[in-house]
Amino acid sequence: MGTWDVTSPVIEAKDLDLTFETNDGPVHALKGVDLSVEKGEFVSFIGPSGCGKTTFLRCIAGLETPTGGALTVNGMSPDEARKSRAYGYVFQAAGLYPWRTIAGNIRLPLEIMGYPKSEHAERVDKVMSLVDLKGFGKKFPWQLSGGMQQRASIARALAFDADILLMDEPFGALDEIVRDHLNEQLLELWARTEKTIAFVTHSIPEAVYLSTKIVVMSPRPGRITDVIESPLPRERPLDIRDTQQFLDVAHRVREGLREGHSYD
Amino acid sequence: MRNIVPILVVVAAIVVVWYGAAVKMNAQWALDQAARAEVELSFGELVTDTLSQERPRLPAPHQVVAELWDSTVGKSITSKRSLVFHGWITLSSTLLGFVFGTGLGILLAIGIVHSRAMDMGVMPWAIASQTIPILAIAPMIIVVLNSLGVTGIIPKAIISAYLSFFPVVVGMVKGLRSPAPMDLDLMHTYSASRGQIFWKLRMPASMPYLFASLKVGIAAALVGTIVGELPTGAIRGLGARMLSGSYYGQTVQIWSALFAAAILAAILVGTIGIIQRRALKRMGMAT
Repeated sequence: MGTWDVTSPVIEAKDLDLTFETNDGPVHALKGVDLSVEKGEFVSFIGPSGCGKTTFLRCIAGLETPTGGALTVNGMSPDEARKSRAYGYVFQAAGLYPWRTIAGNIRLPLEIMGYPKSEHAERVDKVMSLVDLKGFGKKFPWQLSGGMQQRASIARALAFDADILLMDEPFGALDEIVRDHLNEQLLELWARTEKTIAFVTHSIPEAVYLSTKIVVMSPRPGRITDVIESPLPRERPLDIRDTQQFLDVAHRVREGLREGHSYD
Repeated sequence: MRNIVPILVVVAAIVVVWYGAAVKMNAQWALDQAARAEVELSFGELVTDTLSQERPRLPAPHQVVAELWDSTVGKSITSKRSLVFHGWITLSSTLLGFVFGTGLGILLAIGIVHSRAMDMGVMPWAIASQTIPILAIAPMIIVVLNSLGVTGIIPKAIISAYLSFFPVVVGMVKGLRSPAPMDLDLMHTYSASRGQIFWKLRMPASMPYLFASLKVGIAAALVGTIVGELPTGAIRGLGARMLSGSYYGQTVQIWSALFAAAILAAILVGTIGIIQRRALKRMGMAT
């Protein structure tokens, strides 16, 4: 911990390497990744598959261990950060446990982390209204639509007081109309909770619409090719996507993706 | 109700074939008897005779049903000739063995899933145990335990457990390993302990597999108890009833004991089916 304080970066990677040893030889999932994320930022990672964006998120979560370089989360190692409940993780699929109700699923991290029972109901209610799922607590996951399930999984990641939200293509499996709606809600939620969000996506409009910082990555080896600080205001109605400013950022992201892609 | 029709058709076909076979198989004896008495049998008399012999080679369905009725409803349940009495003896040992076997199976599965050494060490033995013919090992278990002074339903229950633990081990290992990598990753992001992962993820996820195994296991447990009653001179239980029937050529008795065992098995498997449906429905995992 030591020198870390509120003004230090929340996530800081320096020359991060991760090599998987496979039967076909080593695979460089990440090579020389440098990045720092400030508190309250909304950072998107975008790139083709195999560019290491999910791997990088998993490193931050302590689910993968880098083979080189330094990575700190809240000034701690990712493992320590995980143990101090620094982040909530939202996966590609909602991954709700089918034998638990929606409220039961949201309660799961509270039970595991040992929050006092008396707090459970109140916390569950609070995050369910944050994601607009009030009244669905007693339903089982299969009774909800895909979009609602994903919102429940976001609520589950918010139920404990982590100030980082790691999201791995959370809306990738949803149709565009639902996705637009959830993107809007997510921005609202981010504004209200002031969390730091790291968001993996393969959709350019999604990345540009949501982020204050867009990290463009490319594969073989997985590396960062461009980091774009978004000039868009924090307040973003859906039709901001038709403005010239938005299109300019989207263009730059597209250029970055094209540059990094070797078309082999 | 629509699926009752095919079932009835199949049952009717079986009954017809059965009657035909009974006439054919019992005809020789009827003809021999008639020849000895120097009378000619008309076809009608022949059929009537083949379906009402006291010790037929193959009893007719209605004879078995009559014997079943007579030895369940017609006898006091404490009578040695009551199938309810014998059925209860078999049932109690079956249930005891089933509980032993299920408990052992679940414990072994938990060990196998959590310890690589047990995975490598136990599974081959569990498989090997099932390749030994139960008919060969059952008398040995009974004799060895008898010489140690263990008698009654325990030795039979051990044979039941021996047969019923296996499907539970196999099913539970699969069930406890059924959570997807993402489900496990979620637990890791919470820094959950192995115990928490077990109780909150692996155990509930394994329930559908457990019930499927229990259905196989309880049928195997019943077979185990009956096998335990067969070769050991037991005088009580459905197996003993079959054995004494075969000593005295009482084919009707053998068949009725056989049907009693089949009905018992159907009730046991059906009961687990009902519990399964209730439990999984409550867990929101209705199949």
